Amino acid sequence: MSRFRSSWSLLAVIVVLAVVGAVVLWTRSGAPEPPVSSRDAFVEVPEGPGSSGTVRLDTTLYLPASTPAPAVLVAHGFGGSKQSVADQAKELARQGFVALAYSARGFGASTGQIGLDSLNYEVRDGQRLIDWLATRPEVKLDKPGDPRVGVTGASYGGALALMLAGVDKRVDAIAPVITYNDLAQALLPNAAGQQPGDAKTPAAGAFGQDGVFKRSWAGIFFAAGLGGAQANPTQEAPEAGQTGTQNTGAQQGATAPSADTPGSSGTQKPVAGQQPPGSCGRYRPEVCRAYTQLATTGRADAQTLQLLRDSSPSTVTGQITAPTMLVQGEQDTLFGLDQADRTANEITRAGGKVKMVWYTGGHDGGGPGPELRKEIGDFLSFHLTGSGADPGTGFEYAVQGAFRNSGVPSVRTITAPGYPGLTGDGTQRRTLPLTGREQAVLNPPGGNPAAVSSLPGLGSALTSGTASLAGRLAVDVPGQAASFTTAPLDAQLLVTGSATVRVHVAAPQGQPAPADGAVLFAKLYDIAPDGTRSLPGSAVAPFRVGQLPADVTVTLPGIVKPIEAGHRLQLVLATTDQAYANSAEPASYVVSLAEGAGLAVPVVPGHTSTGQSVPAGPLWGIAAVIVGALAVVLVSALRRRRSDDVDPELTGVPLVIEGLTKSYPGGLTAVNDLSFRVEHGQVLGLLGPNGAGKTTTLRMMMGLIKPSAGQIRVFGHRIAPGAPVLSRIGSFVEGSGFLPHLSGAANLRLYWAATGRPVEEAHVEEALEIAGLGDAVHRRVRTYSQGMRQRLAIAQAMLGLPDLLVLDEPTNGLDPPQIHQMREVLRRYASAGRTVLVSSHLLAEVEQTCSHVVVMHRGRLVAAGEVADIAQGGGEASFVVDRQDAAVEVLRALNGVTEVAVDGGQVHANLDGVPRSVAVAALVTAGVSVEGAAPRRRLEDAFLQLVGEDAR
Amino acid sequence: MSRDEAGVHTEDHDVHTDPAAVGDLTDAAAHQVNRVAKDGSTVGYRANRTLPLRVELARQLRRRRTQLVLGFLVVLPFLLVLAFQLGSNSPNRKTGGFVDLATSSGVNFVVFVLFVSGSFLLPMIVALFFGDTIASEASWSSLKYLLAIPIPRHRLLRQKALASGLLTLLALVLLPAVSLAVGAVWYGTGQSVSPTGEAASFGSGVVSLALAVCFVAVHLFWVAGLALFLSVSTDAPLGAVGGTVLVSILSQILDQITALEGLRNYLPTHYAFAWADLLTADVDWSNLIKGACSSLVFGAVFTLLAARRFTTKDITS
Repeated sequence: MSRFRSSWSLLAVIVVLAVVGAVVLWTRSGAPEPPVSSRDAFVEVPEGPGSSGTVRLDTTLYLPASTPAPAVLVAHGFGGSKQSVADQAKELARQGFVALAYSARGFGASTGQIGLDSLNYEVRDGQRLIDWLATRPEVKLDKPGDPRVGVTGASYGGALALMLAGVDKRVDAIAPVITYNDLAQALLPNAAGQQPGDAKTPAAGAFGQDGVFKRSWAGIFFAAGLGGAQANPTQEAPEAGQTGTQNTGAQQGATAPSADTPGSSGTQKPVAGQQPPGSCGRYRPEVCRAYTQLATTGRADAQTLQLLRDSSPSTVTGQITAPTMLVQGEQDTLFGLDQADRTANEITRAGGKVKMVWYTGGHDGGGPGPELRKEIGDFLSFHLTGSGADPGTGFEYAVQGAFRNSGVPSVRTITAPGYPGLTGDGTQRRTLPLTGREQAVLNPPGGNPAAVSSLPGLGSALTSGTASLAGRLAVDVPGQAASFTTAPLDAQLLVTGSATVRVHVAAPQGQPAPADGAVLFAKLYDIAPDGTRSLPGSAVAPFRVGQLPADVTVTLPGIVKPIEAGHRLQLVLATTDQAYANSAEPASYVVSLAEGAGLAVPVVPGHTSTGQSVPAGPLWGIAAVIVGALAVVLVSALRRRRSDDVDPELTGVPLVIEGLTKSYPGGLTAVNDLSFRVEHGQVLGLLGPNGAGKTTTLRMMMGLIKPSAGQIRVFGHRIAPGAPVLSRIGSFVEGSGFLPHLSGAANLRLYWAATGRPVEEAHVEEALEIAGLGDAVHRRVRTYSQGMRQRLAIAQAMLGLPDLLVLDEPTNGLDPPQIHQMREVLRRYASAGRTVLVSSHLLAEVEQTCSHVVVMHRGRLVAAGEVADIAQGGGEASFVVDRQDAAVEVLRALNGVTEVAVDGGQVHANLDGVPRSVAVAALVTAGVSVEGAAPRRRLEDAFLQLVGEDAR
Repeated sequence: MSRDEAGVHTEDHDVHTDPAAVGDLTDAAAHQVNRVAKDGSTVGYRANRTLPLRVELARQLRRRRTQLVLGFLVVLPFLLVLAFQLGSNSPNRKTGGFVDLATSSGVNFVVFVLFVSGSFLLPMIVALFFGDTIASEASWSSLKYLLAIPIPRHRLLRQKALASGLLTLLALVLLPAVSLAVGAVWYGTGQSVSPTGEAASFGSGVVSLALAVCFVAVHLFWVAGLALFLSVSTDAPLGAVGGTVLVSILSQILDQITALEGLRNYLPTHYAFAWADLLTADVDWSNLIKGACSSLVFGAVFTLLAARRFTTKDITS
């Protein structure tokens, strides 16, 4: 029955699991990503000033579930096309925007030539697209001709967003990502200022004039315009709260919003009817000229500078009024944090509102991850529809930890109420004293060999978004670098922004100062106690000093990096860098720290944003589990309390078994309708061949097995698992059970201790004497022989001198003298006022030990009664005669004799009071010779018959 | 008599019952009249006094496997320190992980120890203490004698679970405590650095660790429940322990399959390392609470199943 029930409960568990699984699957599949419908269209725009031609812009409009809705113009990065922002546009459409992705002129299937985000060309294209959006019925309008529209985009697209918002008041919100403020400064940075730095913002750049040409990046960008290389990150940057391996390369490649597929020939499909690209590709001639001029000379002439400035958002940032979310990367050697810092300054000064976000990626580290993209969407959503929480104008920056779980660096995001210097006070700066004597550095002829700081364009591919490895690529060339080091930090320092330092650069004594001035590269290394150096952000700050000697304030690159306690910061001034156009003239300089100079390190305190509030559901779940478990415990305790069942008439009877049945599923019935009684003082033998059901009966008596039917009462109390009356039974059932690692004595003591009963009731010493193990009692039980364990187990059963002693095959494994002794023990134990129940499959055993016997076979009761009665039979006798037929007739003729039968060599008869001698006399008188006459041994017959049946 | 016995079992040369002993026993039996309480039990027996915790603890603590496990937990931090000492001499070692953080301070060393032991060692120890507890009694055949005392089945399960729980807690406290001591001696009591790069003082690091150990203990509840369920379902201790560890490993493997996405949140091991969230100044409680809830639900279901199975099953061992 219990098997039956447990199979039901198993079924119930399976059903519950299936239901839960189905619900989980259903709820997941019930909310699929809403499909995004899209329309492709070419939009014709004027070619530009002084031309009557048109340019066809390849666009795709992604539509949300419900329209009209606000629109978002999604601009792509350099070298990309509308395809590279398709995923981001779809995401925005799912967030409820009409997203317009388009290929800028000169890219993808759009015609025209690249004007480098020129106010005359690309920005006007953007305005025409806004015009076009205003004609679309799907787009919500502020007023006729003025759609509700936001602009987002990364890098080249981000600059377009800024410039479009600057010239067109119809733009309602922008979210430019990893973009530049001033292209001239981005490609020709000069980190040196003559005056001591007094910037209020944390990442303010020096923005000095006449900078050093960022050769590698410029080349990569120019090539991207030709359709060759990749200019924008193709992977996602790690984010806070990421676990596992979500950031696998394959996924990133597919979902990166501003991604340009690296090396894919599809990025620049030649458009039919277009002239084959020459050395200028699809660039406008003036752009091509500017690059050529830059690349060949390493310096910008006035025309080039003008072109770069015209292509820079800084020309119009003062007119931006739309709410702006500036997203800048911490791993970006192309457009560093200083670019966003400058943009934020300019917009705020003009009265605009800026939210600043620094994330772990950038042109070297990867595009925004899903969380950041959602944040951008939420920002646009709030400012375009008014839904959601106000994203505010705060400042967030991501800090990358050292720990990497499953390949993903751990990241936390710190939020500050505002970008320091824009709101409230300026940035806190900690000044760390630097030590280092005056050092001479050498510029090699041709600027080669050069130090390595970063691998532009390869950084993200090589290091898959981790700062630590990229930072360790940095190499300085001996003789070309001077270094100045701080003392080991006594506590962690989280550098947030651009550190500044004042240095002195001069020509070596006795040598003339180079006419061209000096080009130097400043870097800030993090040195671990074991000497390992890493260059945070892989960033260097190049600077040019026109007149030597000079004291200059060098603004180091903007970084976010926790410098651990015990680490040191090292300022390195090198003469060369692979990524830049180095000075080709051989020269040497002497560099030293300016008088009393220290490293001023910006720190932005804030809170680590946990992002998620404490979830209520699991809290309720915890409470529910605790309450539920308590309820189950209480209910089961109550149910147990009501389980006592006592028959007051039987309290003096050690054992009453009625109708006991145990059947197993599958049809096996081990015990079948068994009923018998054991009275006080008896030694009862439970006799039966192996498999008769003796042990099963005893196990049911111990409450170990649940009967299928019938009941067992011990001293009137019904037996159930754990019934208290079991404490009056001492048992040895089917083998000993000891802890093998403990000695025999320890086993008995611990067993008694487990009963919780008083030690003096146990009589451990007496029981151990009965076991008679001698010194072996202190050995571990695992060293015992079978017989020794058996004796110890019987001793254990006798602990506490139980009223009913139940022993299953107690003489198995004992040798004859021990058997003899065991019989003696049992007889005398019963005579001391106890009751003993012994099972055996040996007739002789029962006959010699027991006063009463119950014979079982195949689970049924065969015979029960006093051993003597059953053994001797009532008046039955057996005769061994020569003529059996005659003997039968003679015996039948006797008065009162019944049940005469022949069985083998014997004639059996129930004499019923007729003395055997009379029967013998009658037989002899009738001429039957009698060889033997004896009382019939029914027990043996019955038993042998049973055993014989088994043997057959 | 004893002469014959000697011939049968050489070990039993002195195994015999002194005839006087039988007399002693019967005398004792004749003199001791067992009084009977109302519920039918012998006076002196009380169900709620059976198998006291200290007895069960004594039974378990005297086992070699318990001593070995606890000993191993004491030795492990020393082995790790030794490994770091040897490893730091190699020039090309990789950097940028928990290993780097491990040697930065005593607290970080403990974090490292918890991290490396969190996926296999700790679940295995819990599975060992809980999975072995009933199944080993069944395999020794001693279970039936405990139940025949009688120790009520629910009480036997409860006391054994409590003893296993105490041993588990001892193990869970022992490992970080020894690690902290070892780490503090070797790597100093400097600032602890969290996996996300946040620094905290040694004192607050220790507090975070204490909380982390509490979370680990709560989180391992599901392992305990499953092990207990398997322990009452089989007579083979190895099956119960191995089965539990297997399920834990399976769950961790499934957790690696990112394609399962949100389904992974329902895996019992999904939040196993959520304690790392405690190491920051502003604690993000969401994963910790989700992990505790998930573990409590799993643990409660398994424990109830174990109790149900054990109180209704036929003891045939």
